[in-house]
Amino acid sequence: MIVNRKPLTFWERLYLPAIAGGLKVTLRHAFGSLFGGKTVTMEYPEQKWSVPADYRGAPYLVKDQDGNTKCVSCQLCEFVCPPKAIRITPPGPAGQIADRPNAEKMPEEFEINFLRCIYCGLCQEVCPEEAIFLLKDYSLTGQSRDEMIYNKEKLLALGGTHGGIQKWKHKLEEAKAQDNFPVKV
Amino acid sequence: MNWYFIIFSVVKVAVVIGAVLTMVAYAVLAERKISAWIQDRVGPNRCAPPFAKYIPFAGTFLTRIGFFQPMADGLKSILKEDFMPAGVRKIYFWLAPALSVIPAILVVAVIPFGSQLGAQKMVIADLNVGILYTFGIVSLGVYGIVLAGYAANSKYPFLGGIRSSAQMISYEIAMGMSVIPVLLIGGNLNLSRIIGWQSDHGWLVLYAPVSFIIFLIAAFAETNRLPFDLPEAETELVGGYHTEYSSMKFALFFLAEYTNMIASSGMMVTLFFGGWTLPFWGLDHPAASLAMGLVQILVFLVKMLLFMVLFIWVRWMFPRFRYDQLMDLGWRRFVPLALANILVTAVILWMKS
Repeated sequence: MIVNRKPLTFWERLYLPAIAGGLKVTLRHAFGSLFGGKTVTMEYPEQKWSVPADYRGAPYLVKDQDGNTKCVSCQLCEFVCPPKAIRITPPGPAGQIADRPNAEKMPEEFEINFLRCIYCGLCQEVCPEEAIFLLKDYSLTGQSRDEMIYNKEKLLALGGTHGGIQKWKHKLEEAKAQDNFPVKV
Repeated sequence: MNWYFIIFSVVKVAVVIGAVLTMVAYAVLAERKISAWIQDRVGPNRCAPPFAKYIPFAGTFLTRIGFFQPMADGLKSILKEDFMPAGVRKIYFWLAPALSVIPAILVVAVIPFGSQLGAQKMVIADLNVGILYTFGIVSLGVYGIVLAGYAANSKYPFLGGIRSSAQMISYEIAMGMSVIPVLLIGGNLNLSRIIGWQSDHGWLVLYAPVSFIIFLIAAFAETNRLPFDLPEAETELVGGYHTEYSSMKFALFFLAEYTNMIASSGMMVTLFFGGWTLPFWGLDHPAASLAMGLVQILVFLVKMLLFMVLFIWVRWMFPRFRYDQLMDLGWRRFVPLALANILVTAVILWMKS
């Protein structure tokens, strides 16, 4: 396609109207941002971005409504994690299985390396116990590499509460019922 | 030639260089701030030394307007690693920043920045050939840039150096010829006497507006400012002639560019806008008292700062000229226009006399 260029008129060739127009536009913007407060800058640490509802931030461990650890140390998330950011140490045969009766085993240690985490959300997807969730945190900083590896305590503190069905409670009640069941000989 | 003269000259040189360097630092800040405002941004507003919050009232305000930013910038340029790429021509690489700063600062020497304080004239060198000196020194500035482009042994600086040599040489001609009508009307090459003429007859911009326009545009080209910043076109040439420079050597090029801006603003004020004079409140004659002398220095500074703001403001309005457009504008528009301007002025003056 051939675009025919119109020959410039005398005024256009003089540049002057274009210069005046340019000065007007820039001046309007300068005054707008100086006195009208029409800046587009978000001054970050003071003003924060409002995170959308489906945002995938940092994965943290959550507690149930009674404040118990939900994670059962099944290690599915560790297995599925693409960058291998999660590392779970299960209690092992000698360790303490759980802090309450009839609960499944608890992780002895649960570490997420946030230098590796890619916020993909597969851990949340795969978790059978709804124990790990990607929350809204997007700004994780630290002064050393070690500081960026969050342990169980820290993850639980940051994760907050997420209620749900408490399987271990049901099991506890079932066990009690079993004890009281009248056995006829 | 006596001891008083030497002592006072040294004091004046020290004060002027100190003032110019401070102004350069704050011109960079002004550039960043004004750019930000024009682009609907905020600009530097965080930098603050630890004591800033103890300054009553003004502390937060100074931080918001970025008052401490130039100090941080200066400190940064001194502390950064001075990296020299392999394969540079070392002597020229060292020489180039100095060669671009020295002419820039030398130009300031002949600009009268005030009438007088006591018996001292507020100009470092009251040369009878002030304007010729200025043009002579300004044309030396191109060597620093060309040398930087040559010494770096890299293609982008080289292209920047070539462009700048062609550009500065072309526009110097138009610039030099644009001033001739001013000399014809003012009848003197001494900048102080040109100011004196303007205080008697009115500002020269009224007598030679075409000269002023050509001088202004040529000044943009000479200082490598947009829309004529081809030597350092960031989008095409990485950084132009100073691509390979770092640390204080880079800062020196920056310093030279802004000093050139200051010097050319000062020249425009002196030649066309009456220098330190104002046509009212008795400011149009050399000061009798110290206070008036200071006020006249202030008048000069304010006029100069307005031109600095114009330099910065214009930067955000125009796209960069293409190389052939630049040459076309310089040679086929301004040179004939300047020649015609000389002729017309000369004829009018001849008819009047």
